[in-house]
Parts: sequence; structure tokens; C-alpha cells
Amino acid sequence: MITFAEIKRSVLVSLWFMFLTFPIMVVRVNPIEEVIEWRWRNLIIIGVGSFAISFVWRYMMERKEAGLKRKEAGGEKPPLVKRIMDRPRLSRSIVGLVVAFVCVFPFLFSTYQVTIMSTALIYVMLGLGLNIVIGLAGLLDLGYVAFYAVGAYSYALLNFHFGVGFWIALPLGGLLGALFGILLGFPVLRLRGDYLAIVTLGFGEIIRLILENWNDFSFGPSGIAGISRPGFFGIDMSLNTATTYVYFVLIGLVILTVFFVNRLQNSRIGRAWIALREDEIACQAMGIDKTRTKLTAFALGATWAGMAGVVFAAKTTFINPASFTFLESAIILSIVVLGGMGSIPGVILGALVLILLPEYLRAFSDYRMILFGGILVLMMVFRPQGLISGVRRVYQFKGNGEKAPNGGSGS
Amino acid sequence: MEYFIELFLGGLTRGSIYALIALGYTMVYGIIELINFAHGEIYMIGAFTALIVASVLTLLGFNELSILVIASLCAVIWAASYGFTIEKLAYKPLRKAPRLSALISAIGMSIFLQNYVLLAQTSDFLPFPALMPEFGFLEPYAHIMSSAEVIIVLTTALVMAALTFLIKFTRLGKAMRATAQDRDMALLSGVNVNRVISFTFIIGSATAAIGGVLIASHIGMINFYIGFIAGIKAFTAAVLGGIGSVPGAVLGGMVLGWTESFATGYVSSDYEDVFAFTLLVLILIFRPEGILGRSTTQKV
Amino acid sequence: MEPILDVKSMTMDFGGLRALDRLDLDVRKGEIAALIGPNGAGKTTFFNCITGLYSPTQGDILITRPGRDPERINGLKPNHVTEKGLARTFQNIRLFQNMTVLENVMIGRHCRTRTGVAGAMLRLKSARDEEQTVVDHSYHILERIGLSRFVNELAKNLPYGAQRRLEIARAMATDPFLLLLDEPAAGMNPQETRALDDLIKKIRDEEGISILLIEHDMKLVMSLSDRIFVMDYGRKIAQGSPDEIKNDPKVIKAYLGEDPDA
Repeated sequence: MITFAEIKRSVLVSLWFMFLTFPIMVVRVNPIEEVIEWRWRNLIIIGVGSFAISFVWRYMMERKEAGLKRKEAGGEKPPLVKRIMDRPRLSRSIVGLVVAFVCVFPFLFSTYQVTIMSTALIYVMLGLGLNIVIGLAGLLDLGYVAFYAVGAYSYALLNFHFGVGFWIALPLGGLLGALFGILLGFPVLRLRGDYLAIVTLGFGEIIRLILENWNDFSFGPSGIAGISRPGFFGIDMSLNTATTYVYFVLIGLVILTVFFVNRLQNSRIGRAWIALREDEIACQAMGIDKTRTKLTAFALGATWAGMAGVVFAAKTTFINPASFTFLESAIILSIVVLGGMGSIPGVILGALVLILLPEYLRAFSDYRMILFGGILVLMMVFRPQGLISGVRRVYQFKGNGEKAPNGGSGS
Repeated sequence: MEYFIELFLGGLTRGSIYALIALGYTMVYGIIELINFAHGEIYMIGAFTALIVASVLTLLGFNELSILVIASLCAVIWAASYGFTIEKLAYKPLRKAPRLSALISAIGMSIFLQNYVLLAQTSDFLPFPALMPEFGFLEPYAHIMSSAEVIIVLTTALVMAALTFLIKFTRLGKAMRATAQDRDMALLSGVNVNRVISFTFIIGSATAAIGGVLIASHIGMINFYIGFIAGIKAFTAAVLGGIGSVPGAVLGGMVLGWTESFATGYVSSDYEDVFAFTLLVLILIFRPEGILGRSTTQKV
Repeated sequence: MEPILDVKSMTMDFGGLRALDRLDLDVRKGEIAALIGPNGAGKTTFFNCITGLYSPTQGDILITRPGRDPERINGLKPNHVTEKGLARTFQNIRLFQNMTVLENVMIGRHCRTRTGVAGAMLRLKSARDEEQTVVDHSYHILERIGLSRFVNELAKNLPYGAQRRLEIARAMATDPFLLLLDEPAAGMNPQETRALDDLIKKIRDEEGISILLIEHDMKLVMSLSDRIFVMDYGRKIAQGSPDEIKNDPKVIKAYLGEDPDA
């Protein structure tokens, strides 16, 4: 039931937001013609909108608090992924459907669609890489895009100067990414969480500014064009075929990434990352080398960014520093946060939603960045575990008479 | 020598602005240990509000001085309101959450506000009216320091003095210091912690808006993105001086201002932002407690 | 008998505050020693110094691993101290909340295992074998500590007493020769405390691990300890057998304050 008191509160909220947004939303100055545009319609939209949203907000808040209480009482619902995994037939048919769709996709849809999907797949790779750093090891890296740039520029430059091909550049890009990860990681990983975020942001910007200003090395803001697409035993490909080919290369890389990341997170190393995220001091007291463990996570995350960079350069055949701004890091962060930190299916879903939605809903595309920003806030406030939360692995061991329930693979 | 003085005074002006913005970072961090990423955006919104109000008043035919006063006042009021609202929406629900969550929320808020202004206004640079009065008696020295620069430095000094007074000698200041020391203890001794935090955001945002108006009318151009770079630089200033310390923010702002001024003057102007970022990275690595800060031992 | 932990004249200053003042303490092989004292006496600081979280201002910390010569461990990083065979628990429980009980114990095995990134990604045979050994070993420890029914629960969902026991299990997984327990009975009910008493004795008798514990529950301390050290204001004010300590006037004074009749 909506009470009078609630309505009064919402009216106040709505009035407050009308006041707050008044100068920015209603008045627009055209300085050249010296006219002022009064957009009163916006005021009404804000008023009505914030009135309605305030109800939803309160409802969500109450739900969240009720959820917390339920959690404390121990009556938590198992996460969706776990419920699906508990039913092997269902999970197998889901996987089967996805595989079938992925394989026929480029033959059903236009080249344009395939290009968009490839872009989304690059973000899947980036998201999974950043997920190691943020989701598993709990290190907020805001300069992740720097390693992406390292990968892209190493392929572009090697290709430009020495004609190095994609397949050689791919592991090289990953390696260079890792190297940069270690170089940057070494001094900064001693820092506390929030300082780490700022320093990595600073590093990311420094790398971009260098790329922008060091013309002799990176060709400055104009970037590098004419980068070779991936080759396939020297066969000439039409643009369409090449696009499809890049798509499948990316599918392969994504599968490889999922495969490796899944293994890593359920290994000795992955456990150490998660423990580090949970409690640094206890972690050290249990004999884990903090610096080394962080560095491994940092370097591995950078490796994937480096490889994604190589693919990006090969896919677009043109790169410039504008592709590697802080906003790009923020987009990747949104993907991880929306999907669920530490959850592989979550990150994949996050990337597909955030990259494909603005592409397909044209009306959305202008609101892309504001959406990303909003998502970061709303997810943190209402659903910090993301759309699909991570699931801890259940192990099999000798000595327990019956088999452990739901034994098998992790999240 | 004259070039040196020019750079020195230029650095002083820059530094004053950084200090004004850095105050907000430092006060918020001191109290809730959050890097308020959206703080740079508050400064930007302050500048935009002043621009909008000034344009409206100009068309209505107000005189220059009253435009300056009313526009600045509006900038302060609205920026403070934004600061207040942001805290309530994006940070308050996360008080008990891990620190990383609040930081991510702050980053989201920053991106949101940038694009909000971009969508509601424009992505172009807008010319900002020259609101600040010219002092005749400074005319002969205009080539080393303009009236506007003098006003910036003086305003900063005034704001600092007021803030220091507020924190040292008022009830609110005492409550702020208590909350910064130990939030739970302050709560138990009857401090209304929520109100103190709100006030901190309001005061921090108001000073940022003053900075926004000053720099915008000095440089004469604003767009939706000015908050991002300014925010990071001001954060650098806050950390440089020792985060959580008000005099530290001023000192940090000055040091950063001079570093930039001299580095761009004597070395290269292409890498202006690189100097600031490099300084930030270096301090955080080698002296994260800053110049005036004290190192703390982690509680076990 | 040779001490396995020998702390000589250790001092720890925080700025102007002296938290530990020339403290001497030793633990012998196979004994259960207790460190007691009023709140704020510096007991936990002492643990933090030994385990490398703090670096003591002065003094020596010597350990003697089984079958080795004594070595100085001042200034070693916490993880290296653990590698050398000192493991600890925390007064304010510091479990890995969002990991399962078994995984918490498996983390303890980290420093005794070797699998690297390549081994994990390629899931080499050596990695798989090691992983299975870790799982089995960890489960075995849980059985001995009496937590096996919680194996797959998240640590944060455990009852309080079980969380304290899990801290001990996790520490034991690092193969220590000396276990440092920081108020293991805090917040436990009498029943749980009795079970803890048995558990600690069992660890000493069956695993051959020596124990140094900080505890406020005097009944537990008196029942367990071979020797007791008493601290007040960062200094050691007494040491001896439980009976000696019980009747030591200095100890009584430290706990009860000045004798009103004196």
C-alpha cells in the first residue's frame, strides 16, 4: 500500500530534483547567437520521473535490507548459476544452444552484425582479463586500457616496421602486456586499494599521453592505419570473409580465455587471489607472498588485455590514442561490475549486454556512457555481486563416505 | 628572472585553484575514507551553473558586478546541492560495504555527471564571460600578474582562512574532527554523523564551485570534461600535501601548481598533464602519507 | 630444555608510545605456554612482532626448527615467518569469509605447495596430483578439528565457535612447529571452551605442535598451561607454573589494581 507519507516524501524528492537539475536541464545558452533556450518540458520530465523513481528506489532499498536480514538468518537462495549447474541436463542444453548459435551466427547475419559481435567479443576478453585483477584478486585497476594499448600498438608498429604477422604478434602482444603489467605492478602493488586505483589511472593516462605526443614513435594523434588483418596460410580474403574469420578467431580466443581463467580460479594461484581479496593480513599470515600473488594477477590480466589489443588492431586495421582513454577502462570496469565480479558467465553476459544493447537500440547509443556510469552506481548500491554471482567450487576428497553433493566443475 | 617570476606567479594561481578543489577531496577522505571521484564533476557543474546564470543575467541587462556575485552564489548553492545529493544516493547506502564498492560507485557517479552535462548542454567548449573586475592600480604589472590572478589567490587565501576557522573553532568543526577520528565513537558521544558527513560534502562542493567560477572566468572556456583532469590534479595535490589535512591540501596545490608551471615553462608544454600524473604516481609510491601527513600503522 | 622460540629483550615503540618493553619470553618444545595480562598490556602486539606484521624496535627473536640450528627471524615478512613454521590465529576472527571451509584450510597449504601459473592453466599431472593431496590433507585436518560436517559451507555462515576452530585448522595446515593462538576461547560458551581445551591438548599430544596462547579465560589457562607469562604495560611482570602465578602478588595487583588496604 502506498501511504500518504510516502507520497509526500516522493513529492519532496521530486521538487528537490526539479530544483537541482534546473540550470543544467532547463536552460541552454547559445553563446554565438546569444539566445537562451528554455526547455520547460525537461523540468516536467524530471519532476514526474523522480517522483516515480523515488518509489522504486525505496522499494529496492527495503528489498535489499530484507535480503540482508535473510542472509544473516542463513536462508539464502543459491545463486542462479548454481541452480542451473545442479541440473546437468538443463545446463548441457543451454551450452549446446549457445554453441550452435555462435557457429551459425556469421552465416545468418550481415557483415555489419558480425563486426559488432566481434567488438563485443573483444570486450568479453577484456572483461575476463580484468576480472582476474578486480574480481578475483580485488585490485581495482583503472588503467587497464594501457595494456590494451600496449598490445594494439605493439602489433601495429611491428606490422608497420617489420611486417610481422598477426599470429606471431598475438603471443608477443600478450607477452608485452604481461611485461608492462609487471613493470607497472612492481612499484604500485604495495599500495592500499584506493590509492592503487588512482595510480593505475595515472599510469593509464601517462601511456595514452605519451602515445599522443611522441610522434616519432607512435605517429601521434593521427594513429597508424593499414594494419594487416589476420592471415590464414596466406590465402587472400574478401572483406566479408575476413570479417567472419576475425569473428571465429575471437570465438576461439574467448573459449581459450574461459578455459584458462576457469582453471586458474580453481587452482592454488586462484585461491590465493581470492584469499587476498578477502583479507590481506590473514593471507600473509597463512604464508602467501602478497606482492608476488598480486603481481601474478596483474600480469595475467595484462596478458589478456595485450592479446585483445592485438586482435583489436587487426580487426579495425587502424588505431590511434583516442581508442585508449580512461573511459575505455571505465567501460571494461562496468562490464565486470554488471556481470558479477569473479564470475565468468557473469562477465560474458555483462560484455554482451553493455556492448550490444547500445548498438542495437539506436536510441540508446547517445546514452551509452551515462548508462555505464549509472550502472556502476546502481549495481554497487543494489546488487554488488552483479547479475550472475560467482560460485565456489565443491571438491571431491577421499575419506568422506558418500560423494560430496553437487561435485564437479566450478563457476 | 622576469620569466621566472611570471612562472612562479602562474604556478601560484594554478596552485590556488588546485587547492580549492583539493579541499573537498581531503575533507571527504578524512571523514569517510573515500576518494570522491565525482568531486571534479561538482567543480565542473559549478562552472556550468555560473555560466548559465551569468548568460541569463547578461541578457536581462544586469551590471557586471552583480552578475559576478549572483552567478558565483548560484554556482555555490547548486554545487553544494549536487554534493549533498550525490552522497545520499551513491555513498550513504554503501557505508558498511567494502571500500572498493564505494569507490566504484564514485567512479560511476563521475561518469554519470559528465555525460549528464554533455547530454543536457553540449559537448562543445563554451566561452565563459570575463566576470572578474580589472583593478586599475595593477595595470603596470599586468604582464606578470593580472587582476584576475590576484583575485584568485586572494579568494583562495580567504576561503582557507574561513575553513580553518570552521574546523578549529566551531561546534561543527569539532564534530567533523571527532567523526574523522572514530566514526563509531563520535556516534556514541552524540554526534549526528550523518549530518556531519552531509555538511562535509556541502562545504567541499561549495569550495570546488568557487574554484570552478574563478578558473572558468580566468581561462574563459569550459566544457563537460574539465572536471576530470582538474579532479585528478586536485586529488594529486591533496595526496601530495597529506590527505585529510587542510593545510596539506593548500601546500600540495601550490607544489603541484609550481611543478606544472615550471615544467611547462622550462621543459615542454606538450606533456603538461604527464608531469602531474608522474608526480602523483611518484608520491603515492614513495611517500603515500604526503608532505604533512603522518604514516599510520594498519590495525590488526 | 632448549627453547624453540626465544625472544630476548624485545622492545616495540609506536611513535612515542612504548608498547613492549624489553620483553623476554621462551617456549620449549612440546609445551603449552600462555601469555596473560590485562587488556592493552601488549599481548597481541607481541604476537604481531613475532609473526612479522610489525618489526620490533629492538631485541632478538630466535627460533629453532626441529633438527636445525637456532635462527633469527626479526624483520622477516609474515609469509616467510609462516614458512619457517610459526602459524597464528587472530583475536578478531580473520577468515576468508566468502570461501568455503575447505578452501580456507587449503589456503593454509599454499606455502607448502608449488603449482605455478603454467601448471594451473595446463592442469599438468603434477598440479592435479598436488591439488588432490591438498584437498585430502585439508579434509583430514578438518576431521581432526571436528569441522568436517561444514566442509562446503562458506566460512561466514559458520557458528561463532566453529569459526574459531576453523582459524586453528587453517593455521595447522601450514605445518607449524609452534602455534600462536590469540584468544581462542573469546566469545565461546562453556561447552565450546571445554571442547577447545581438549582440542588444544590433542594438538600438542598427537601432532607434537607446541603452543603459545593469549587467553583471558583463567580456568582454561590454568588447565592447559605448563608455564604462564604475565604482562602488564608492555612488561613481563611474572612467569612460572600455574600454581606460582596464581599466588603471585604482582599478578594479583595487575589484575585487581592497587590493594585498597595497602
